[in-house]
This record gives sequence, structure tokens and C-alpha cells, in this order.
Amino acid sequence: MTEEQEDQIIICRCEDITLREIRDLIRRGYQTMDEIKRASRAGMGQCQGRTCRSLIAQEIAQMTGQPLAEVRIPTFRPPIRPVKLGVLAEAEE
Amino acid sequence: MLDLADAVIIGGGINGLSVAYNLARLGLRKVRVLEKNYLASGATGRCGAGVRQQWGTEMNISLARASIKKFEVMNDELGYYRDIEFKQKGYLMLAYTGKQLEQFQKNVVLQRSLGVPVSLITPAEAGGIVPHLNTEGLLGATFCPEDGHVNPFHAAEAYALAAKRLGVEIHPFTEVQAILVEDGRVRGVLTAAGTVATPIVVNTAGGYSAEVSRMAGVEIPTYSERHQILVTEPVEPLQGPMVISFYHGIYCQQTPHGSFIMGQGDPNEPKGHDLGHSWQFLTEVARKVTWLLPPLKGLRLVRQWSGSYNMTPDAQPIIGEAAEVKGFFLAVGFSGHGFMLAPMTGQLLAEKILGLPTTLPIDMLGLERFARGELIREPSVV
Ligand SMILES: Cc1cc2nc3c(=O)[nH]c(=O)nc-3n(C[C@H](O)[C@H](O)[C@H](O)COP(=O)(O)OP(=O)(O)OC[C@H]3O[C@@H](n4cnc5c(N)ncnc54)[C@H](O)[C@@H]3O)c2cc1C
Repeated sequence: MTEEQEDQIIICRCEDITLREIRDLIRRGYQTMDEIKRASRAGMGQCQGRTCRSLIAQEIAQMTGQPLAEVRIPTFRPPIRPVKLGVLAEAEE
Repeated sequence: MLDLADAVIIGGGINGLSVAYNLARLGLRKVRVLEKNYLASGATGRCGAGVRQQWGTEMNISLARASIKKFEVMNDELGYYRDIEFKQKGYLMLAYTGKQLEQFQKNVVLQRSLGVPVSLITPAEAGGIVPHLNTEGLLGATFCPEDGHVNPFHAAEAYALAAKRLGVEIHPFTEVQAILVEDGRVRGVLTAAGTVATPIVVNTAGGYSAEVSRMAGVEIPTYSERHQILVTEPVEPLQGPMVISFYHGIYCQQTPHGSFIMGQGDPNEPKGHDLGHSWQFLTEVARKVTWLLPPLKGLRLVRQWSGSYNMTPDAQPIIGEAAEVKGFFLAVGFSGHGFMLAPMTGQLLAEKILGLPTTLPIDMLGLERFARGELIREPSVV
């Protein structure tokens, strides 16, 4: 795949992160999803990584030769569905 | 494996990386950073990363001001390939009681005498700077347009890459398990991968500063306390400055990416290393912030997390050498404001380690101040 093609493929749709950006970070030596998430924002958007998590894990596994099962999965942060602050402000303790 | 190094830094947060970069820049050859997890996995990658000069002591104002000057040129100085995203749109600090306003008046006089372009402003003026601010009950505020915030992952990466270019070796996923001390001198550190012999060990272990000190037989009065934080979905630019209210114990900023980041100083947070988070935090912060900044009601929360404040008895850091163990240096106990000081912390501690005159005085931050009862009185901690 050419760099232009890598630029066309969006891995994280919430934050608009391309395959090229993910691969660049892995080439720079980032080997865990936690690091890639923090360095690129991939997986930090509205869906909290539901779509991109497995795609990134596969990229890491392929490029570093780690078995997929051993790629460290990032900490899952609540909430599962985005809630408005106005709703939280009225919620019970 | 037996390895030799001129200095070993324990902890790859913003402080460890800044110390390492500065040691190498000042000419020390074999500098190692050992980080038990990945870089910025501690408080650095979890923090609000607000940077302000609006402090109440000459020391903090000077340290913060010099650090802000470094953040301003950091992309160039460190040759960073991305951007540390320094958003210099100011800090708006709100006063709700006569006592707070009086303190702010004093602070502003001191800050201005040290060159900080800060002003005491009226509630109406505050409303002019942040139009969506609810000014009900507000007595006054201070505003410094040079304050702001930085992307902490990028700043840490910028230091790490610059340090590497100067020959620093950085080892993530390498935990220091023991520190070797002989005849009152540091001799080395022990990791699962082997021993590194070194005459200089720097403790920048953040939330684990007391545990790491104990490895060298040095007791320090630090402890860790959980602090929580949340982030919303990104929206169009709405808020320039960081807004902070000591009265509500709350801070709120909009990042260049568009999301809002906010947190609070909760005196009931648990001590220790538990980094969980609570529903109560969400409802409390949401209540306060939607009262203070009403349009934020419509923003969706996307994530919450927590990190450690490494606290000291006077909520000021410990920077210096441990008197009992030669070669054992500390930059710990930043008590919730160690990100903004890191550029100067790294430079000053590196100067101290190399026996150079320090650019700004730091001896008052030594460990001995607690035994001597010379605590620092800083009125403006969150
Ligand atoms: C919610 C929150 C909000 C904050 N907001 C701000 C703010 O707005 N402005 C500001 O200036 N500061 C803020 N802070 C404080 C700031 O995050 C810290 O003061 C700063 O990041 C400390 O950096 P550090 O490098 O000293 O420590 P850390 O970033 O904690 O790094 C220490 C590192 O040491 C490693 N380590 C520990 N033990 C060992 C061992 N035995 N071997 C190897 N490695 C080890 C850890 O894994 C960690 O990565 C906030 C903190 C929190 C939690």
C-alpha cells in the first residue's frame, strides 16, 4: 500500500485518524494501544474506540510481530454512552 | 547483565524526561530513564496540563514564569516534529469572598513586580473575557493572558525525543526494584533486566516517590491522593481561558481540539494508589460547571479518569539531593502542579546535580525544610 492509500483509510472515524498516522506511530516505536491512543487521539472520541480498537491492535500485531492476543488493550473509560452535562447536573447523587 | 551509567532517572513522566534532557544538554554522557510502564503513563498523561503564573509566592511565580517562557519556544528548542499545542489564552481566576479578593490583590502586586502581565478585573470585565460566564455572586477576578495549557502527551514526547537525540537511553516497561547504597552513597539500581551501576539516581517517580525513596533508605513526607477529571465531546471554539474558582474548587478549559476538560479539588478523595473514579464526581462537577458556565449543559461527557497528586505537607515540591545519601536526588511531591513547572524543574535539578550554579534559587525546596519547620506558605494552591 502506498502512503497516499494509507492517507485515504480512516481508522478512527470519531477523531479522523488515518492508517498512515497509526503506522507512523508504530514505526516510531510505539508498541501498545495505550500509547497510540494518547499520541494520536485514536479511540478517544464519542464511541471510545469501539470500531478502531481491533483495527489498531491488528496493525500493531502485524508491524511488530507480536501475537494479536498479546497486544495490550487500553483501559476502558466510562461512560459507555455519552451523557450531557446538563443531565448529569440534575442526576441523583 | 551489569551496565554502567552516569545517571539513572527513575520515572518517565514530564519531570524525569525534562531532567534527562537537561542533564544531556549540559553535557552528561550516559543518562538512562527507566520507566516501569510507558512514558507519561503516570500523572503526566492524566493531568489537566494547565500552566499559570498566577501564584502567591515569589518562588512559584518565578518558576512558573520561566517555565512558560520555555513552553513558548519548546517546539523549536526541542526540535519537535509535531506541536505541543500550547494554548496561551489565559487563566481567569475567580474570587467569591472578600478574603479571596484581598489575597488576589496581594498576589497581583507581587506578580506584576516580577513581570507577569496580570490584572485585577471586575465581574463585568470577566464577563467580557468569557461571555458565557455566570457572574452571579462574583466579586472580582484576575486574568493573565500568557497562562494557558499544553498537550501533556506531546510535551512529554518532545522531551523524550530531544533527550534521545542527545544520547539519553529511555527504557519503558522497566521497573526499578531496588537502589544500591553503600557508605552513604548511591551505587546503582536493580531491575528485572539486571543491575545498572551509577553514582547518580534521580527519583522522579511521581505517585510512587515515597516507595522509591525508601528503596534508598530515605524517608520523605510525600503521599499520593487520587484526583479525577473528565472530558467532553469536541465542539467549536467557545472558551479562550482556563476558568478556575477556588471557591467551587473547580477548573475548566477548552482544548485546541475542541473538547472541554474539567476537574475539581475534592478534599475527600482517597489517599493511596487507587485510581478508580466515581459517579459522584461526575454529578458534582456537572452541577458546578453548568452553574458557572451554563452553555456547557449541552455538552456530552465522553470520558472520565483519575490520576495521583503526589502531596507534601506544604503542597510544594521537594527538589534537591537527599542529605543522607549522596547522589540520590529528588524532584517529587508536586502536589497537583508539577506539569507547569517541569521545564524549570528539569533545568534547575540538572544544574544542581552537575554542581553548577542554579539559574533560579531552589535551595528552599530541599527535603530538609520539613525537619527545620521552614514550610513554604503558598496561598494559591487548588
Ligand atoms: C487530575 C489531575 C490534574 C492535574 N492538573 C494539573 C495542571 O493543570 N497543571 C499542572 O501543572 N499539574 C497538574 N497535575 C499534576 C501533574 O500531573 C503532576 O504534578 C506531574 O505530571 C508530575 O510529573 P512527574 O513526571 O513528576 O510524575 P509522573 O508523571 O507521575 O511520572 C512518574 C513516573 O514514574 C514511574 N515509576 C514509578 N515507580 C517506578 C519504578 N519503581 N521504576 C520505574 N518507574 C517508576 C511511573 O510509572 C510514572 O510514569 C494534575 C494531576 C492530576 C492527577
